[in-house]
Amino acid sequence: MRLTLAVAARAVGFGLPLAVLTAWLLARGRFPGRTLLNAAVHLPLVVPPVVTGWLLLVIFGVEGPAGRLLLAWFGVRLAFTTAGAALACAVMTFPIMVRTVRLAIEAIDPRLDQAARTLGAGRLDRLLTVTLPLGAPGIVVAGVVGYATCLGEFGAVITFAANIPGETQTLPLAIYSALQAPGGEAAAARLAAVSVVLALAGLLLAEWAGRWLRARVGR
Amino acid sequence: MSLALALRHTLGTATLDVAFEVPGTGITALFGPSGAGKSTVLAAMAGLLRPAFCRLVVDGTTLADTDAGTWIAPERRRVGLVFQDALLFPHLSVAGNLRYGQRRAGAGAIGFDEVVGLLGLGALLARRPHTLSGGQRQLVAIGRALLGQPRLLLLDEPLAGLDAARKAEILPFLGRLKSALALPMLYVTHALEEVAQLADHLVLLRDLRILGSGPVSEMAARADLPLAQRDDAGAVLTLTVAGHDPARRLTWLRRDGFSLLVALQTAPPGATLRVRIPAREVILARPEAAALGDLLSLHNLVPGTVRAIGADARHGAALVEIEAAGARLLSRITPDAVARLGLRPGAAVLALVKSVSVEVLAALC
Repeated sequence: MRLTLAVAARAVGFGLPLAVLTAWLLARGRFPGRTLLNAAVHLPLVVPPVVTGWLLLVIFGVEGPAGRLLLAWFGVRLAFTTAGAALACAVMTFPIMVRTVRLAIEAIDPRLDQAARTLGAGRLDRLLTVTLPLGAPGIVVAGVVGYATCLGEFGAVITFAANIPGETQTLPLAIYSALQAPGGEAAAARLAAVSVVLALAGLLLAEWAGRWLRARVGR
Repeated sequence: MSLALALRHTLGTATLDVAFEVPGTGITALFGPSGAGKSTVLAAMAGLLRPAFCRLVVDGTTLADTDAGTWIAPERRRVGLVFQDALLFPHLSVAGNLRYGQRRAGAGAIGFDEVVGLLGLGALLARRPHTLSGGQRQLVAIGRALLGQPRLLLLDEPLAGLDAARKAEILPFLGRLKSALALPMLYVTHALEEVAQLADHLVLLRDLRILGSGPVSEMAARADLPLAQRDDAGAVLTLTVAGHDPARRLTWLRRDGFSLLVALQTAPPGATLRVRIPAREVILARPEAAALGDLLSLHNLVPGTVRAIGADARHGAALVEIEAAGARLLSRITPDAVARLGLRPGAAVLALVKSVSVEVLAALC
């Protein structure tokens, strides 16, 4: 279980900043390829998780182009490791986080951005002093929902990182293993209860954090 | 000091095509009905909208000249913009909002304490925008724009969302800004009373074109502009309090050779007052009628000359524009009266104005 939490934390820790940047580009940017980027971001949401896992294996596996470079340059192997499980989780939850953050950014009156502009704030300045503070409730919610979703990620993880106890065996994988083993029903039920509690706690936390932050920014 | 704009921009199927040059001091009102193109003009001046053609020169500095490829980005243009709905940053306090522009502009001619004092914001500094009233929000927005050290301040219908009482609260602050800061201000509005109270210059916009521009005192009395067709058409004059006669409950107002008696005012002698004389309240007479002055209840028999006569189709009336010792008056009378008195441009005439018909609008410090 501790492994599951750590994997989810790494997935959100690396995925969320990238998701915020992508959401900002999609919400406020006008550039060629915007539609394509939008489609690419949403891909993991619509293809079967097993396919996502397999694609990751093709790209980041020891024989894949990115995987080979990582191994040669940094000595990092992703496939069948804890880091790999985190990567699979991050990719799977990325669209959900981008969508949530994007909705939050799009809900900000674009004229606030214009007001900041006439007051001398450049693009990055406006992102840091207007968009991020006002989008903070949405970003926090995205993080918590993304975290909760990571806890339940199965298909992509088992395909890319396999089901190695203590290394890549996250909660849903452990439940699956317990069910496969004879007499494992009791263990599976215990683990299932844990996962329900975790998910529920995550959703409640998201709701509460969003409300608190919204009150803080006066909206 | 001057403010010159030329602008062409396609809006759907129509083309906005405007050009005007006004003095670089005081308040210029950009007046017109909704859909006239006012907001587009402001957005282009602030740099938020890049039109097909735009040339904007403020006090000799070219901020935009699309023909020459010059286009200063809004964040470097130092053109302040006050939106109709204030648009304060909801996550910052009043002080945070005020300092937002100041931090980025650096120190300048306009100081924090000066702005807080001018706009009466001292008690609000720690408050959050959502706890402020509409009028207070608007004052903070004006202060925030001023602290960005603008070379030009644009105000987009800043009072449009406020009720009459709030408007009356804010107007004096705007008047104070005008006299305290040597800053050109362009004030967009469709409310004529705000023009009459505040503006020194008037640019009339209708259907994406400029109908005319000039000093308010001249524009308001022009018989040929649509302003004269309004029910509330009338001359706007800026006069000085020359003296009071408390016994008769009267005050003399004067400028150059022009003088007017009005009901007793509280403003001290020497103070400057804005007054409005509605066109429908001005009676015209032949100059000989001056001899009858003692027989009439009214106090003001102003000798003048007819400048122009226009038709007022809406009221089936004639509009007579009169020059009186440098001041301009407007009178709405029947075409029959024009014929009976033999009025024509250049004719001498006597304008009769009741003291109580003179609306004293505001004291300008």
